[in-house]
Amino acid sequence: MKAPATGFEAVIGIEVHVELLTDTKIFCPCSTGFGAEPNSQTCPVCLGMPGVLPVINKKVVDFAIRAALALGCEISPEIRFERKNYFYPDLPKGYQITSPGTPLGRNGHVDFTVDSDSKSGSKSGSRQVRISGLHIEEEAAKSIHEEGDYTLVDFNRCGVPLVEIVSAPDMRTPEEARAYLQKLKTIIEYTGISDVKMAEGSLRCDANVSVMPAGSERFGTLVELKNLNSFRAVKKGLEYEIERQIEVIRGGGRVVRETRGWDERSDRTVPQRSKEEAHDYRYFPEPDLLPISVDEAWIDGVAAEMPELPDTILKRLVEDDGLPVYDAEVIVSSRDLVRFYDEVTGLYEGDPKSVSNWLMGDLLGFLNAEGKELAELPLTPEHLVQMLRLMDTGTISSKIAKTVFEEMARSGKSPEEVVKEKGLVQISDEGEILPIVREVIEENPGPVEQYLGGKEQVLGFLVGQVMKKTRGKANPQMANDLLRMALNEGQ
Amino acid sequence: MNLYQRTLIEMKELLKGGEVSAEELTQAHLDWIEATDDRLNSFNSVVAEKALNQARGIDEVRSKGDDRGPLAGIPGGLKDNIVTRGIPTTCSSRILEGYLSPYDATVAQKLQEAGSIFLGKTNLDEFAMGSSTENSAFGMTNNPWDLDRVPGGSSGGSAAAVAARQLPFALGSDTGGSVRQPAALCGVVGMKPTYGLVSRYGLVAFASSLDQIGPLTRTVEDCALLMETICGHDPLDSTSLEGAVPSFSRQLKGDIKGMRVGVPKEYFGEGIDRGVRDLVLDAIEVLAGMGAEVEECSLPHTEYALPAYYIIAPAEASSNLARFDGIRYGFRAAGFEDLEELYTSTRQQGFGPEVKRRILIGTYALSSGYYDAYYRKAQQVRTLITDDFREAFQRFDVLVSPTSPTVAFRSGEKKDDPLAMYMADICTIPANLAGLPAISVPCGFSEGLPVGLQVIGKPLDDGRVMRVAHAYQESTGHHSRMPDLLGPDKRDERDEGHDGEGHDGDGHYDNGGEADGR
Repeated sequence: MKAPATGFEAVIGIEVHVELLTDTKIFCPCSTGFGAEPNSQTCPVCLGMPGVLPVINKKVVDFAIRAALALGCEISPEIRFERKNYFYPDLPKGYQITSPGTPLGRNGHVDFTVDSDSKSGSKSGSRQVRISGLHIEEEAAKSIHEEGDYTLVDFNRCGVPLVEIVSAPDMRTPEEARAYLQKLKTIIEYTGISDVKMAEGSLRCDANVSVMPAGSERFGTLVELKNLNSFRAVKKGLEYEIERQIEVIRGGGRVVRETRGWDERSDRTVPQRSKEEAHDYRYFPEPDLLPISVDEAWIDGVAAEMPELPDTILKRLVEDDGLPVYDAEVIVSSRDLVRFYDEVTGLYEGDPKSVSNWLMGDLLGFLNAEGKELAELPLTPEHLVQMLRLMDTGTISSKIAKTVFEEMARSGKSPEEVVKEKGLVQISDEGEILPIVREVIEENPGPVEQYLGGKEQVLGFLVGQVMKKTRGKANPQMANDLLRMALNEGQ
Repeated sequence: MNLYQRTLIEMKELLKGGEVSAEELTQAHLDWIEATDDRLNSFNSVVAEKALNQARGIDEVRSKGDDRGPLAGIPGGLKDNIVTRGIPTTCSSRILEGYLSPYDATVAQKLQEAGSIFLGKTNLDEFAMGSSTENSAFGMTNNPWDLDRVPGGSSGGSAAAVAARQLPFALGSDTGGSVRQPAALCGVVGMKPTYGLVSRYGLVAFASSLDQIGPLTRTVEDCALLMETICGHDPLDSTSLEGAVPSFSRQLKGDIKGMRVGVPKEYFGEGIDRGVRDLVLDAIEVLAGMGAEVEECSLPHTEYALPAYYIIAPAEASSNLARFDGIRYGFRAAGFEDLEELYTSTRQQGFGPEVKRRILIGTYALSSGYYDAYYRKAQQVRTLITDDFREAFQRFDVLVSPTSPTVAFRSGEKKDDPLAMYMADICTIPANLAGLPAISVPCGFSEGLPVGLQVIGKPLDDGRVMRVAHAYQESTGHHSRMPDLLGPDKRDERDEGHDGEGHDGDGHYDNGGEADGR
């Protein structure tokens, strides 16, 4: 695909639904816990039984204000709920209570950087995408389509609070859209209002995409793209759809305004609803709820409890801790990693860069290899600090430390325990190393001759032999020094 | 006098004095319901055994010297759109046939806590949509004053039951006059409280911004007692008002001398029957005679109230009734190929014609492209009507008018003419649009049929509204007249001999000429 060379330009807007981590649902006291027995977390209100009325959970507004502030939004002084009417078995009242007409947040923005990506024509650099609105609404139930001519509905999810975050049509490439979503996810994760797991559906993404001749001012016909439920789907789905629209136009056709879905299995977008089939949602003010006034005191109260956000942390890691920007970005990409980093550096007196090296190298490598989350590991910050200190005092070599680290990450044991159990203490006793040095010299006459003949770099090989004989435990510096000394002596 | 003919307050005294037990009182009502309901059809369900058990429980507690609350031992009924756990709630609709609510409405709970004995659910126009109780899937209710006439609606079952002495009180719901209009047509007292005073939790919603539960009783005193029981903030209803419930019974006391009574001329114009108008004017004379300062006034936007109402109420209803889809509860049509057919067949077969008509009107009014012309415009009219009242209440304490433009009409007379039927609420709708308290109190008989006087007050001035109605009732005796249900073929000779103040005549006695016109 050579989109950038085609003379067309894509215009992308992203709508994201985020499930909020409040303990209870938006309009009733039912639990929001994920993974419970189907329909066990329901009551007459969230089941839409006749005669029930909604009562707003104030915590939902708190969380939504927090999200809006984190995205740099202006906060609306009043929320008015509306009803969005349509029929579907997962919507027990026949309408969804939502508030797009008076979004709690407006005019926000997300700043992020994009890597260059030849495929979608992205140039690397920083970007800003505007947030046009953030509003509160309720989640629908979950339909479970099984084999056979029936569908099951689990109402546990029905009434879980959501915020919908609508971006301006500010993205031009799928890579920009992906990077925007990544950054948005990171920001929301830091606010602590959602666990933003795309796999579990607590973060869901739809896109509006159109294409137009490059440089044009007038947007093309918009297609709504649904089911973009992974970062891969966002990128692949948009790439496919943009290509499809360009081909339609090139072939002399016109893009039809419709809703399409991304089909993960076939890697295609498929039509879902045409404009003619589009719902008329018949929005009108929700008469069962009074408008909610959001005053300055409320906003200030939420702002005071705002956790530190990624951009602030990035600045702190670079400016205060002296980390390279790249390191800081990698750490900031995960809230858990930042928390771990902060705890380690809070205890450790050495260079933060060595902490960052361990996190970015061995820790992330281990997580990747094991397919685990940091939170799942038994590794504690205290143990990592102890390990770093053992290295600093020369008790273990950096090579041994790698073995120690892996064992700590796997078992949760302290570094002392690991070192003791495996006999990994570094040998820093000359009396113990010298005999081995002599053995190595004796067993390798060839290399010794080379060294004595002036080929200094052979020394590394000989040090390696010492390390091998001590199973890595010899202090490498000491082995180096003793070898040099012994060889010179023998001359 | 038979037990069931007493007023609620009289029953309360009898129970208190130990002259009668709750069980006896309950049994007397059950017997009378049994004797009369095949002709009236006021009830959708009667729970005899349950009621008697409850009454025995009350008697037992009372025998230990424990007074169980302000309504201990008093039988009552609920309109069948107020949900009750374990007893069917049908809304007189096929779509809810056999439906059992998993919870009790707040008002049902409050009545139970006050010790009232629950006898049954009363008939209504399907989903409270109608003015004659003819739109019930379970058969119409007949007017106790003339069985060939309608009791009004939509709380026709509640009004007929109270008028026929089947119950000393029943609760109804009033969206556009559904408590007051049947109260007027059946000759009983019906009150629509200030919007937000009574919790709507457990009232199956028709039009949420207009619906309000209210009592139907024989006297205003009884009404005040019930209001004290059912009003009050409910954390389960976000539109319910904060603040303590006033002692309405105490607010009834005192005269109405110097009270400023406005008579809005728009409520006496075209479409109001002469007989009705004359009786209401007589009633106003009575108020003036008690020292009220009566003056004509104008509510200029009144004529737009009815059209605005018939946009707003159906719009809300079209959304409120969407949940009756055959998926989770109630009726589901058999034999469907797909989801769409399941929905359409269920709703086609489950709803009656008037409900469908309103869902269609409401859906249309909210459709994109029509919203501004209809729904938004209707809301603007609503604001103008509210402003009319606000202005009038700067000069007046209460406003008075007829409750219904006509007396009870013949069954079937307006059934096929929706517009004529909608006119039945022309005097009551404005108070709903403005959220105001309003009461209907019997003010005489025209053509042998009861006529109601409506008193409308400022928001939260429910006490004053009842005080005016009470003062009027104290100086007249219309409410003690009882319909002669037994007719020529009397079933039970014991029911001869009323107290003397009432008239048991032939039920078609016209005493509309008691006072001269103004």
